[in-house]
Amino acid sequence: MRLIDVQDLKKHYSSGMINKQYTRAVDGVSFFIDKGETLGLVGESGCGKTTVGRLLLRLIEPTSGKIVFDGVDITGLGRKEMRKMRPRMQMIFQDPESSLNPKMRIGESIAEPFRLGLHGRMGKAEIKERVLELVDIVGLNPEHVNRFPYQLSGGQNQRVVLARILAINPEFIVADEPTASLDVSVQAQILRLIMDLKKDFGLTMLFISHDQEVVRHMSDRIAMMDRGKIKRIESAKRA
Amino acid sequence: MLLLDIIHLKTQFPTQDGMVKAVDTVDLQIAEGERIGLIGETGCGKTVLGMSIVRLLQPSTTIEGRILYRGRDILQLDEEEMRRLRGKEISMILQNPTTSLNPVLKIGDQIAEAIQLHQKLGKREAKSKAVEMLESVNIPDAQRRADQYPHELSGGMKERVMIAMGLACDPSFIVADEPTKGLDAKTKMQIVDLLREATAHKSLLIITHDLGVAEAICDRIAVMYAGELLEDASSRLILEEPIHPYMQGFINSLPSKGLMPIPGTSPSLIAPPHGCRFHPRCSRAMKICERRHPEMVEVERGHYVRCLLCA
Ligand SMILES: Nc1ncnc2c1ncn2[C@@H]1O[C@H](COP(=O)(O)OP(=O)(O)OP(=O)(O)O)[C@@H](O)[C@H]1O
Ligand SMILES: Nc1ncnc2c1ncn2[C@@H]1O[C@H](COP(=O)(O)OP(=O)(O)OP(=O)(O)O)[C@@H](O)[C@H]1O
Ligand code: SF4
Ligand SMILES: [Mg+2]
Ligand SMILES: [Mg+2]
Repeated sequence: MRLIDVQDLKKHYSSGMINKQYTRAVDGVSFFIDKGETLGLVGESGCGKTTVGRLLLRLIEPTSGKIVFDGVDITGLGRKEMRKMRPRMQMIFQDPESSLNPKMRIGESIAEPFRLGLHGRMGKAEIKERVLELVDIVGLNPEHVNRFPYQLSGGQNQRVVLARILAINPEFIVADEPTASLDVSVQAQILRLIMDLKKDFGLTMLFISHDQEVVRHMSDRIAMMDRGKIKRIESAKRA
Repeated sequence: MLLLDIIHLKTQFPTQDGMVKAVDTVDLQIAEGERIGLIGETGCGKTVLGMSIVRLLQPSTTIEGRILYRGRDILQLDEEEMRRLRGKEISMILQNPTTSLNPVLKIGDQIAEAIQLHQKLGKREAKSKAVEMLESVNIPDAQRRADQYPHELSGGMKERVMIAMGLACDPSFIVADEPTKGLDAKTKMQIVDLLREATAHKSLLIITHDLGVAEAICDRIAVMYAGELLEDASSRLILEEPIHPYMQGFINSLPSKGLMPIPGTSPSLIAPPHGCRFHPRCSRAMKICERRHPEMVEVERGHYVRCLLCA
């Protein structure tokens, strides 16, 4: 069953006041992702991968094209309807620092989805317990909970982002270079965690990475992108 | 000749849960013209070590020990002397482009500013030098890109802007923190070549999770764990014949080796494990490892290891 269906998606940027310049960041891409499937997305720096990811979650508005999520055309949804959709689809950003609130302690950031009642009403003690559980799952230490993002290393912040997403528990994740700031051992740990989520909960994913081996490990199919277009999509087994 | 001599460096941060010992008694020498890689688990103290050298840490940090740069202790310099040293002699390519680049300044102007801080150049000359720098890091259409703001660039382009800024004033010693993260294979190789060329007669401390990059650039690699150095040897020995159990586990967690993570989690840096800091996770731990803290020993010429199996 299809979870994501993208048709002729475009995103063009213009810059410059007098001499207008256009960047065709995404220039007519079409693809689908089945429920429980991982689609890898690869291509040279600047070819439009992150832009595709942000479009899928409607973090930016497309110039044209259509995105169907679980049977609903989300390009036509209003702000309020989109807000209801949000918890079902999440993005792990390329740079963790920009997706964490710098004024919020790590523990608060991870607890936020629980506090907002995303999974029903929860008491303080229960939330605290859940947060510590997630901290442990992503390989952080309880001593990190009371700190702010600037007090953690790059890789530690990346794991905070992951813990927060686990707290939200979405059906679809865009993972944009999720392990670029991790060492190889922690990378292995996190990739295994993501594979377990896929196996146990049927998580669907768009997995963006420059690491050939990692993409092959994680994906069912791999899409190759070049200058705003998808050149081909093939099975990860032979890619 | 020694360029940098780090002696008993200890960098700590106060937090509400206690003192974080991010760098705990590190000794490291870098010779003129030497290129050293610093690798290790996320959160083990690599960035803090680099930031201690350029002294870009917040004021509440406590730093002990000595960092001799051409014989002068960096830690004793006043702010003005430090500013002159930074950029002109020592420059740092920071780990996080998004928080390090100024969001409201065009990238060409940011690089030009960095150039003008240390070279007497007019505005126009600095700007055209900035465009050259962007070309040298393989940013296509550099002239146009120079007029864009950071948010208009892709992740890998911002990374390369950081590198261009770090190289802009032609320093003699560069600390590069994860300069190739998030770059595709082709761009990465170009950057590796560029870094190799740009540091041909200079010294470099490159912090990286990419063992291929470390191998391609570095003469020597130092491995860090929980604030300490554990192993230090030529790149070839570290990658092909590592001795420390941590480093052996590290190599086995590569995707090509089967993606087997080292069991257990990173230790606390507020209350690190007694004895050998790696003992709770070490498959070869002995009783004594829980009590005795191993010293760094030279096991063969130029190959240093901190493990009781070698003592
Ligand atoms: N807000 C923006 N304004 C103008 N141009 C933009 C904007 N965002 C992205 N671009 C441009 O769109 C193109 C694609 O960028 P994108 O970030 O999607 O690349 P990417 O494939 O993720 O690259 P990388 O691997 O380096 O992260 C680039 O040329 C970039 O400069
Ligand atoms: N300002 C701070 N206050 C308290 N602790 C800090 C602060 N900055 C860093 N730390 C802690 O110091 C340790 C070392 O951090 P550092 O950024 O040097 O790690 P790193 O080795 O560079 O990791 P990565 O590979 O993830 O970038 C980490 O455990 C981090 O949590
Ligand atoms: S000292 Fe003991 S615990 Fe530490 S690495 Fe060596 S064998 Fe393992
Ligand atoms: Mg990107
Ligand atoms: Mg770091």
